[in-house]
Amino acid sequence: MAGEASFEQPLVQLRTKIEETKKFSAAQKVDMSDMISKLEQEYTTIEQSIYENLKPSEKMQLARHAQRPTTLEYIAEIFTDFIELHGDRSYGDDLAIVGGIAKLNGLPVTVVGHQKGKDTKDNIARNFGMPHPEGFRKALRLMQQADKFSRPIITFIDTPGAFPGSAAEERGQGEAIARNLREMASFGVPIICIVIGEGGSGGALALGVGNRVLMLEHSIYSVSSPEAAASILWKDATQAHRAAEAMRITSKDMLELGVVDQIIVEPLGGSHRDTTLQAQFMKDAIISNLKEMLPMTPHQLKMDRCAKFRRIGQFMMIGSPNDNAVSSSTTNAKLQQNGLKVN
Amino acid sequence: MTVFDQLFPRKKVYINIPAERRTPTVKPIASVEESLDEVVQSPKELPNNLIYKCPRCTKQYFTKEFEKNEKVCPACNFHGRLNAIERIQITLDEGTFEEYQADMVSVDPLNFPGYKEKYAKHQLNTGFRDAIITGQGEITGNPVIIAAMSFEFFGGSMGSVVGEKIAYAIEQAIHSKHPLIIFSTSGGARMEESILSLMQMAKTSALLSQLAEERGLFISVLTDPTLGGVSASFAMLGDVNIAEPGAIVGFTGRRVIEQTIRQKLPDNFQTSEFNLKHGQLDMVVHRQELKSVLGNLLDMHRVTPSVVEGF
Ligand SMILES: [Zn+2]
Repeated sequence: MAGEASFEQPLVQLRTKIEETKKFSAAQKVDMSDMISKLEQEYTTIEQSIYENLKPSEKMQLARHAQRPTTLEYIAEIFTDFIELHGDRSYGDDLAIVGGIAKLNGLPVTVVGHQKGKDTKDNIARNFGMPHPEGFRKALRLMQQADKFSRPIITFIDTPGAFPGSAAEERGQGEAIARNLREMASFGVPIICIVIGEGGSGGALALGVGNRVLMLEHSIYSVSSPEAAASILWKDATQAHRAAEAMRITSKDMLELGVVDQIIVEPLGGSHRDTTLQAQFMKDAIISNLKEMLPMTPHQLKMDRCAKFRRIGQFMMIGSPNDNAVSSSTTNAKLQQNGLKVN
Repeated sequence: MTVFDQLFPRKKVYINIPAERRTPTVKPIASVEESLDEVVQSPKELPNNLIYKCPRCTKQYFTKEFEKNEKVCPACNFHGRLNAIERIQITLDEGTFEEYQADMVSVDPLNFPGYKEKYAKHQLNTGFRDAIITGQGEITGNPVIIAAMSFEFFGGSMGSVVGEKIAYAIEQAIHSKHPLIIFSTSGGARMEESILSLMQMAKTSALLSQLAEERGLFISVLTDPTLGGVSASFAMLGDVNIAEPGAIVGFTGRRVIEQTIRQKLPDNFQTSEFNLKHGQLDMVVHRQELKSVLGNLLDMHRVTPSVVEGF
């Protein structure tokens, strides 16, 4: 085991102790099995309690874990016959986004996702999963192709955000993201989006306008990276953990806020402990959601997706009781909770 | 005298601002009363300084003269920022404006530290309820659905209220078949509404896909500054994207980019002219020509059978 996060240190220490005890026992030929099994039990208890009670900033560490499985690893596990397709047809091939056609239990689907690197060299090539406009346009091209051939779209979201560089601005980073949002809303095929690691800001959302948005248990989704939020809010990027708490970035928060529809559980300790098992959980979730949507017409699918995002947001009207504005039930609950009258 | 009276001493009722609008509302915010007393006792300086100094050419004018010139510097054409009411006032035909959803306010959905207080302060200091005003009116006789943002309110940030009002305005454009014009100015998403702010980008863009399907006209006017989530959603999705001269338009702010690439960017980076050159805008239009350009564009999109017959 390598690459532990700081909150995993108690486990590392305990594991070392167990191994040392075993060695000692073997070397001295003393039976210490009682003690070892006690330690193993303690290990399991601590392990469960750690992962059940992760703070948002700790989830952030897991979501960004160097060994966390990436889009291409999940594609290999979940689908068969993957054919990777490249390029946006107007500028280049952004390796921070991967995509193509694959089969899911025999059904052709289009798969698109952010791609982080697995080592330093790979990460430089992948720009740490931070797309330029041509990346978003490549994703759009592949999704338009899916729409044309009536293939369901599966997206994997895992990015710190769109790349903050001058070339990206020159080529229209804002427009590229905006167009993806508008066009994704218009497609007549089922779209399932899964946040597999970091869902960072507009760069994440640009692959995130789905009929169903799912999220791995320890992934995060946020309007900006907690570091950026801290520097905007308190002019201090080192307050990231504080921002992570205040911003509500966990999968549970997203479910409560109506931003995601389903949480996919992770193997104990996080996805990287068992990629195959994680992929199986994801595959099951994709298939069950897809089965519900396959009977829907293109128009129904589009309207279902638009309605889903139309509902998100919380606000209230003051004064006039019969104003024409809508306010969602969650809003009403929130208002009552704050002791305010709800019309 | 209210802020608005002082800003527009010569123009009378261009738009009807309900009386209660003139006193900022803080009603919706329950737990903020104590901090309010503090604010009321130390109100922000109103713009009563007589002399205006242009930040670009440093020439000095009577503030009244600057305002009469729609906040454009007569010497160097520097375009000062307008708030939503000022914008609507110089854009729509007199007396045609009807506001939508005037009473909508935020509910602090995440119970975010400091948000209620900050929100109340912005309401008090600006007289606005949130960073946007939407409604319908006419431009040179053409009916339009209009939305205008105020940078002075919370940096023009987009939270649930801005997203909802834009969404509702787009729906009105779809139902009425009138063109939609949005004047953007925004620092980006409202951090205090976190993920819900991010989702307003998807919400507004999804509605624009429906407007596009109905072949509705959307003219986006980007004003200084239009950044972050607003530039990465509705603001860049106009059938025609227009910007005012010298406006900063982009996704990531200059400072963040400079930190990332560790070099200084040119002075003209992300200006309207820079964006025009890079193909992100259709045109850069001087504020005093904007109304007639909009009027012409609206005319171009109103092809009646009689026009075709007379051809
Ligand atoms: Zn000047």
